[in-house]
Amino acid sequence: MNRFAALLDRLAYEPRRLGKLALLETYFRDTPDPDRGWALAAMTGALNFKNAKAGLIRTLAAERTDPVLFALSYDFVGDLAETVSLMWPADSARANATLSLSDVVEGLQTTPKGELPGRVAAWLDRLDENGRWALLKLITGALRIGVSARLARTALARLGGREPDEIEDVWHADAPPYLKLFAWLEGRGPAPSANTSVRFYPPMLSHPIEPEALEDFDPAEFCAEWKWDGIRVQAAAGIDAYGQRAAHLFTRTGEDASDAFPDLVGAFDFEAVLDGELLIRREGRVQDFNTLQQRLNRKSATAKLMAEFPAFIRVYDLLALGKEDLRALPFAARREQLESFAAAHPFAPIDLSPLISFNTWDELAAARAKPADGGAGVDAEAVEGVMIKRRDAPYLAGRPKGYWFKWKRDPMAIDAVLMYAQRGSGKRSSYYSDYTFGVWSGDELTPVGKAYFGFTDEELAELDRFVRANTLNRFGPVREVTHTKAKGLVLEVAFEGLQRSRRHKSGLAMRFPRISRIRWDKPPRDADTLDTLEQLLQRGETAEG
Amino acid sequence: MQPAQILHPRPEGLYAPAADLYIDPTRPVARALITHGHSDHARAGHGAVLATKETLAIMGARCGPGFAGSTQALAYGEEITIGGVRFSLRPAGHVLGSAQALAECGGTRVAASGDYKRHPDPTCPPFEIMPCDVFITEATFALPVFTHPSADHEVMKLLDSVALFPERAHIVGAYALGKAQRVMATLRACGWDKPIYAHGALLAVTELYREFGVDLGDVRPVQDAPKSFYAGAIVLAPPSALQTPWVRRFPDPATCFASGWMRIRARARQRGVELPLVISDHADWPDLQRTILETGAGEIWITHGEADALAHWCAQQGLNAKALHLVGYGDEEAEGAAA
Repeated sequence: MNRFAALLDRLAYEPRRLGKLALLETYFRDTPDPDRGWALAAMTGALNFKNAKAGLIRTLAAERTDPVLFALSYDFVGDLAETVSLMWPADSARANATLSLSDVVEGLQTTPKGELPGRVAAWLDRLDENGRWALLKLITGALRIGVSARLARTALARLGGREPDEIEDVWHADAPPYLKLFAWLEGRGPAPSANTSVRFYPPMLSHPIEPEALEDFDPAEFCAEWKWDGIRVQAAAGIDAYGQRAAHLFTRTGEDASDAFPDLVGAFDFEAVLDGELLIRREGRVQDFNTLQQRLNRKSATAKLMAEFPAFIRVYDLLALGKEDLRALPFAARREQLESFAAAHPFAPIDLSPLISFNTWDELAAARAKPADGGAGVDAEAVEGVMIKRRDAPYLAGRPKGYWFKWKRDPMAIDAVLMYAQRGSGKRSSYYSDYTFGVWSGDELTPVGKAYFGFTDEELAELDRFVRANTLNRFGPVREVTHTKAKGLVLEVAFEGLQRSRRHKSGLAMRFPRISRIRWDKPPRDADTLDTLEQLLQRGETAEG
Repeated sequence: MQPAQILHPRPEGLYAPAADLYIDPTRPVARALITHGHSDHARAGHGAVLATKETLAIMGARCGPGFAGSTQALAYGEEITIGGVRFSLRPAGHVLGSAQALAECGGTRVAASGDYKRHPDPTCPPFEIMPCDVFITEATFALPVFTHPSADHEVMKLLDSVALFPERAHIVGAYALGKAQRVMATLRACGWDKPIYAHGALLAVTELYREFGVDLGDVRPVQDAPKSFYAGAIVLAPPSALQTPWVRRFPDPATCFASGWMRIRARARQRGVELPLVISDHADWPDLQRTILETGAGEIWITHGEADALAHWCAQQGLNAKALHLVGYGDEEAEGAAA
């Protein structure tokens, strides 16, 4: 338990991705089975204890601590597991380092509900405060140490000298504590293989393309689809490696998002793995990303949330059907099977992403410019461009060259004035790297967005210098910088879309804003106005409406 | 005599009416007794100041020689009677020169402890218990979540990290008066015999400690040098410097912070701290309890901090406790939030 606790502690404070990978790799190398496998399961969200939940911790706290002092402490610390681990009455005489992570995990899984509080209390008595924290974090499930499932699997890949996607290929063939997986990584056994197709497949990604480059291609060799502005997901359901019925929703990095979308996963009535876009549909039309974001922001899926933001998956590829992996088939053949699959599952929470009909690139360009008339109809607001896919393309992990292209709608850009800057974190912690910018509304600047990327390291250093030299006010980590008509800094901000928003003072929300250029040359008075943004917004609404 | 006739709170601070004297006043007054040199307790501009000679020297170094109209040094254990009230000072174990003030009159003893700690600190004499009727205590870390580990343990964590990342510089945020010198002395006690580099803001007080006989080894100012010069170095700086361009001169700086608040993960993460060092110059929860019981006081007055929790505990022990809600006392361990 000590080693696992020390790992979590180090990871929680390590801001650098490479630093985290090194810590994980070292831990996996130096820790014996089955402890390392349980640790891996804890970090990838693969552990769930039926009887050990946050409620158990509250019960123990109530038994062992003064209620007033507990309430004051919890209020101060803000985290249940941390509060209890810090204030648990320590009994150093009984401290015992032999408690292993496996003892704890197996105990949490097998101890009858009635005996569990006593068992956990006895462990807490034997652990030091870091060990207590790790144990309680295991129970609450939310480790919050900045390690994604993908990052943990990348560390495994480094351990075994493999590619992360190779880990994905075998990941679902083994289960905690992953003995076969580690044996394979250390060259002591064969790759785990499973008699199932229910798993995450590393997704195939596309390359951006410019219209001129399309002229080299024959349109007859390609299909085109709308590029939907949602989140890329995989829906996987069927019989798993252990003969059990399983259903999962994976994000594009392989995180299991099933818990956040029980309304979807519960309705997977098929045996297949589908690639598609998670979207929200209300009143018969697909909603923009801003609306989807409101559901994504919530941690737990309440009935109200699910009713207010009904989700579905717009599917565009079929990766496995039954037990058969279809990825080697050409796109056109998979598409054919996908169409009959969708027709055969009218009650699944999916629908088919339509193909765009076109004979020439010009026709496709016209559809892209006006999706509403090009076939997207009422869903045009959720279109962010078109996808162009070779008819003969197999489904390959990663971003293979020459098969899939994305032709996004042109970004919009405005000139805005820097108003506030905030210090970044990690490597950027000494730099002011998050910028709030505004546009003119009469004689006043109204903040319209925040951007923290798009610039080079050299530009960041220059921006930081500007912020420090032109500070008006300081509010904790935020500085207000000079922004008068004559003095200030103009930033050219590019963004993917504009939406109405009641949450912002300006009444507008930008999608993916980033700094595209620093206009050292331009006086603030020449920056854009709120009217300009309003016109951009209206143009968008009429073009798509 | 009623304790409140000897000492009671006023907006300026704790006031002894018979002596017309304030303890650690937050505004300029005619006569002040200063428990220790931290700036929220030791302000410039008083008429006459009574304090240990170390505290007077620290005030002189930090506020300039004209920080008070006149000064008088009082050694630990020495007594002085002002307006019929007998005052004496005892070590508080907080920083160099820090003292508790005992005010006695008519057989009633009121002890104002200032800020104090019970953990060992090689840079100042240890806290001494003063039996009293009223014990006036701080409550900075008065919650059961605060049990400070030993400073040696935390400094070993730092040395382990230095050994693990020999190519990086470790920058330790530590308050300029007390914490920085305690970290230096603890580094020496733990076997670190290489030079310790110090930010310019730490140098004056560090020199003063040395003059009072506190051995801190080879402490050097940070100077212009190629980045690689500081590979494997330990550098101490005031916490406010951690997020300024000053740190960019060091190779891949590892941000450390020595403070009792580092026990709370969110506090460490908010500041972008990679290596939190839980080293505090204030009493932790068990030591606050122990100290209150050992003084034998029946009445406990709480000056600043988490007064509710401590008052609740005192009530459970059958002690009469009240929060004075004195304003103006900050907490040097949380310093440096805004850069």
